[in-house]
Amino acid sequence: MALITVENLSTQFGKNVIHTNLNFEIKESEIFGILGGSGSGKTTLIRQMVLLQNIQQGKINILNQDISTLDLKQIQTFKTKFSYLFQFGALYSFLNVIENISVMLKEYTSLPSELIVTIAYTYLNMVGLPLNSATLYPSQLSGGMKKRVALARALAMEPKILFLDEPTSGLDPSSTQSFNELIVQLQELLNLTIIIVTHDLNTIKNVLTRFVVLNKTIAFEGNYEEALESQDPFIQKFFTQRD
Amino acid sequence: MENICDNFKLSHTQNAIELHLFGSWSKESLICIIKKLSLLNITNSTSLTIDFSKLSQCDSSAMIYLIGFIKQFNTSLVTLTHLGKFEAFYNLYCTYYTTKPSLTVKKESLWFLTAVGIKVHWLYESILNAINFIGELVYFIVISFLNPKTIRFKAMLNHIERSAIQALFIVGITSFLVGIVIAYQGSVQLNKFGANIFIVEMVCITMFREIAPLMTAIVIAGRTASSYTAEIGAMKITEEIDAMKTMGFEPTIFLTLPRIFALIISLPLLIFFSDIVSVFAGSVVAYLDLNVSFAEFINRMKDTVELKHFLIGIFKGIFFGIAIAAIGCYHGFQVKNNTTSIGKYTTISVVNAIFVVIALNAIFSVILTQSGI
Repeated sequence: MALITVENLSTQFGKNVIHTNLNFEIKESEIFGILGGSGSGKTTLIRQMVLLQNIQQGKINILNQDISTLDLKQIQTFKTKFSYLFQFGALYSFLNVIENISVMLKEYTSLPSELIVTIAYTYLNMVGLPLNSATLYPSQLSGGMKKRVALARALAMEPKILFLDEPTSGLDPSSTQSFNELIVQLQELLNLTIIIVTHDLNTIKNVLTRFVVLNKTIAFEGNYEEALESQDPFIQKFFTQRD
Repeated sequence: MENICDNFKLSHTQNAIELHLFGSWSKESLICIIKKLSLLNITNSTSLTIDFSKLSQCDSSAMIYLIGFIKQFNTSLVTLTHLGKFEAFYNLYCTYYTTKPSLTVKKESLWFLTAVGIKVHWLYESILNAINFIGELVYFIVISFLNPKTIRFKAMLNHIERSAIQALFIVGITSFLVGIVIAYQGSVQLNKFGANIFIVEMVCITMFREIAPLMTAIVIAGRTASSYTAEIGAMKITEEIDAMKTMGFEPTIFLTLPRIFALIISLPLLIFFSDIVSVFAGSVVAYLDLNVSFAEFINRMKDTVELKHFLIGIFKGIFFGIAIAAIGCYHGFQVKNNTTSIGKYTTISVVNAIFVVIALNAIFSVILTQSGI
């Protein structure tokens, strides 16, 4: 079943054309990748999916609703169904790590506060952060740690859809691997649909079920094995890695 | 004994509890479940059996709660039956389950003298910082005068445009209103004595010497000191200032000096503009209220108002400009690596700038009057 469908989506900023006529589907329980070179509008595309950026032309349907026609109340419920992991974490600088993780639970549920704290600590542990980082503030964290906290924050509400904007950039190779394993594991157990913007070949190979490669239009749609067999010179170049 | 709720059934015998879960355990239903479970008086010496067979759905919050609930019991006495599809889910959260560490760091209460000492040391350091900043500033001002090529003229012009030309409107409006008020209140008193024509001296001297410089400086302190702090503070957070340092661009030359030169040049000019507008406002009131015509007003001004009053006002403007720009930049560099500190230091910078302007004005007033100027 298609969870997200993008129909004839076109975007341009001034004279700079970003997308023309994008059409693709993301199925439920998929780990779907959005790839492309720098400036190919990957982030713009997922920002449009989460209503951070206006849709100029075309349509995006999420959970069978055209997201540009939602009213305020529908938008509010829609927003509790997904989480967005920002490229640089975007943690609230005035809250500490645990408060950052639990902020959505605190605002949207009426669970007892000890349980919320326990949930937050469990996710902190799950993303591989030491317990003593719990009371630190974002300015005291390294880039990789911020990213993990941001992942914990995105997971804490247990969304149906998880948007990850370059989740593994800035992580060391072994963390990248455990991050990828965690994502696959969580997807299976929580039945999430995950949309990842990534450049990381390891992630592309081992995590993604399917992906699209953007280059104004959709240059490729499919999985890694299919991409390797593609005759398209752009795709061949895109996936060639010199050792 | 038996307890039934929408989401569980509890059979309670002497020292064994059987808990049957059913329906969907989610964030919404959990609140009610927690309430009902906490009402039950359960001791940890009883054995617990949990049956998952009828559970249709369970989200992570509920699972974490359940694990917490199970952990109250002695592990050897707990049996989970028919975990089925929840097994992996349960195991995952069981591995990562963590509660808040109980060791809370005690906040040490400081001995009174220690607290005073810390404050004094902090004060000492901040004074040292300020002196350091001023020293650096003077050093680079001298350097840039000796070597005018290092002055960033383009940046300076840009700052003049943003902090002076774009401020013309607000400076004009405030000066006009203040001019009207001073002249209007004065005219009532002067009229009583029939000394209508003295409105000219009153308006011109107060405006040229005190009010116009002070008003303009306060407006610019509120407008420009804050923007300088916020600009430099934001650059500090995005590590632009560190980037400049690694490239060998001295932040004082690239950021502070253009701003200071911009205000040194533009504040006296703004004060001149403010003089014109406020005296014009005074002459309008004089014409309407006291029947002093514009020609009379200007002739009288030429005859009786000495040039020194005007020059004093302009001269003060130079110092106000230096103070405002230096304070704005200084606090900008103090911003720490988090967003709330921008707001904090912007506030501090505006308050300090206004205070310093008023204090400087008082000092000038005393010195100049004592020396008979």
